[in-house]
Amino acid sequence: MKFAQTARNHKVDSMRFSEEQKMILESARSFCKDSSSIEQVRKLLESSQGYENDVWKQLVELGWTGIAIPECFGGSELGIESVVPIVESMGRSLSTTPFISCTLAAQVLLRAASPEQQQRWLPGMAEGKVATLALLDNEDWGANSTTHQLSDELVLAGEKWFVDDAVTAELFVILTQYQGSPRFVVVERNQLSDSAIQAHALIDETKRSAKVDFTGISVTADAILSAENTQEILDDIKLIGALLIAAEAVGTTSSCLNLIVEYLNTRKQFGKLIGSYQALKHPSVDILNKMEGARSQIYHAATLFEDSKGVVDRDVEVACRMAKASANDALLYAGDRAVQFHGGMGFTYECNAQLYIRRAQWSQQQFGDSAHHRKRLVPLLLG
Amino acid sequence: MDTDQDTLVAFRQEVIAWLADNIPEDPGFLLPLTFMEVGTKEQLEFLIAWQRKVYDAGYLGITWPKEYGGRNMSQVYQDIVDEELMNHKAPIMFNTIGLGWAGPLILKMGTEAEKQKYIKGILTADDIWCQGFSEPDNGSDLGNAQTRAVREGDEYVLNGSKIWTTHGTYAKYMILLARTNPEAKNKYAGLSFFLSPMHAPGISTSPIRKITGEYGFTQTFFDEARIPAECLMGQEGQGWMIAMQTLQFERSVDGGQATKYNFKSITSEDLIETCRTIQRDGKPLLDDPIVQDQLVQFIIEERNFLLNLKRSDLQGLCTDYPMSLMLSGKLEATELYRRMRQYAVSLQGAKGGLYIHDDDALNGGIWQHAYFNIFSATIGGGTSQVQNNIIAEHALGLPK
Repeated sequence: MKFAQTARNHKVDSMRFSEEQKMILESARSFCKDSSSIEQVRKLLESSQGYENDVWKQLVELGWTGIAIPECFGGSELGIESVVPIVESMGRSLSTTPFISCTLAAQVLLRAASPEQQQRWLPGMAEGKVATLALLDNEDWGANSTTHQLSDELVLAGEKWFVDDAVTAELFVILTQYQGSPRFVVVERNQLSDSAIQAHALIDETKRSAKVDFTGISVTADAILSAENTQEILDDIKLIGALLIAAEAVGTTSSCLNLIVEYLNTRKQFGKLIGSYQALKHPSVDILNKMEGARSQIYHAATLFEDSKGVVDRDVEVACRMAKASANDALLYAGDRAVQFHGGMGFTYECNAQLYIRRAQWSQQQFGDSAHHRKRLVPLLLG
Repeated sequence: MDTDQDTLVAFRQEVIAWLADNIPEDPGFLLPLTFMEVGTKEQLEFLIAWQRKVYDAGYLGITWPKEYGGRNMSQVYQDIVDEELMNHKAPIMFNTIGLGWAGPLILKMGTEAEKQKYIKGILTADDIWCQGFSEPDNGSDLGNAQTRAVREGDEYVLNGSKIWTTHGTYAKYMILLARTNPEAKNKYAGLSFFLSPMHAPGISTSPIRKITGEYGFTQTFFDEARIPAECLMGQEGQGWMIAMQTLQFERSVDGGQATKYNFKSITSEDLIETCRTIQRDGKPLLDDPIVQDQLVQFIIEERNFLLNLKRSDLQGLCTDYPMSLMLSGKLEATELYRRMRQYAVSLQGAKGGLYIHDDDALNGGIWQHAYFNIFSATIGGGTSQVQNNIIAEHALGLPK
């Protein structure tokens, strides 16, 4: 029996996968596999910046930092739909570069910056200059305003939390309040003292994120991004961020599942491989099914981005939120079961299961946890 | 006929217009939600007439060869018909075992004589089909089926019993899996496949009442039953292979069904409507944030499932676990619907305690009825637990 309700609204199930995306997926997987083995990941856990410069250089040479940047700034002018297979592959390898931060910062510039401002910063970013966003004042992804201030004298006041990849960022795109309205402003690294950046101690030791205190930093007027519809742009960026983190998490779930399956096919107890016991088999299938659902959501969202040419319309918003909620739940479950199913070994730092359960806790909150997105889906789905 | 967009759009409009004029009125008695609960003569006659009407309009077996009663057109036309039947909540096509399983099977691997004999009757509903696979002692372990078929001259003599025989009471033919060789090298190799008449001497059925209170399937008894030898499909010992092919059609892994519309679709949209209707504290349940959150969770799961169906056609996105989407469809959909339907019952307050024959039951007790009925899908056609094992073994490579 095929339990299919074919959608009357044909956008609801649209999905395409082009030859181009296929090539990107294959090369991304291959690159991430070679440059980010689990041994390499573990080695980098203790490092201050979390990734290797020559890996970043190779990634830049592949053109990825420019993939969604217009050709006139040195990019490939592809869309978010081409970024999705890259981040999925990165998630698969627990790869740790500032790629997502750079992509999102570029998206802000593309939407909020004037042509002159874009010209000033985007070419450098296409060539691998690390940029990141400074959005949060605190833990609340649902906050609708910021307490951060840019005075009439163009002096910043306030601290931002969870500034990802602050440690190597050369550009910070900050959400602030200027003359009563939210605005984006760009600060360069050389404007900050070292003590302004205070690394968070993250549960996920593969990622890097910091508190950055911008208090007292002076900016010039041309550092304020020209767009005034900052709130709309911010909303869009948070949805794009949610999708990219979801895609990353889907890749991670897949590799977490592989870790579990490998163990279940190796470890013997009571004379049998433990993978033959249904108590372990069935939840493994649950992980697979959750992952597959989330994977379909991310590629559906990617397709809608292609259709809308990057505009975050209602259908794109629904897809991004569903993707994030699904991906969160899949990875949380996978990481949790990975520890459990490795028995005593699962409870050690040495066992790789810990990398996945930690990544799951980090990813689930970035750009909104599942409940956050479901709440915002209510008016869009039940209205 | 070609498949360009304009032609398809026009065809869909033709189907919609036909349905607007031809969907039968509510007959005043309960109609089955799925093909598995045709329990009364009046339901049967109603559904036979409806199938015949749909067939005569040219909307069943569209992909089947013209010489056997089809229209030799491409799958997309049948899909459009099935979609619109579903969208219009039309009465189901009940002769599923013929239309969806035996028919495609015979067209794929039957002889010319078998095609001539069986196909047309499937389409007109002159011939109702049933399936003799499960036995009281061998359900999940179908390969161990013990119903015996012994060749004697130009007949096979059948002894044993099949159970959960949907349409057993009314069927003319049965796709039957029986053991011809108890000494074969393994249990599967001893099985053979028959296109068996139901009205042969020695074959009897006994109706079984379901948890829903209705009828619709039977136990079938073979007591020195005799069927012509030409009822054998293929060769002796090919039974398991043919049965597996039948399951491919049953699970829509392979296409070519005369229709796939054999169950009433109840989706999140219906659940939302129910939540709009039910009032608590002077407000619709739909305004309750806890209910809203649960509804959104169901919708996400439902959409995951739809998107999986779409993705399963994109080879480049199915390289990691190639069998996964194909094998998990039934499991995911049926378990989701089970949870959704039980949830709908739980929203009804004291009315959740009413059932289908009570005038005050919400929507005629459809959620209660649908909840009980979904177990035919979570259990039949391979239980969810067996599906989990199959996926674990064939998609993940975990050991048996």
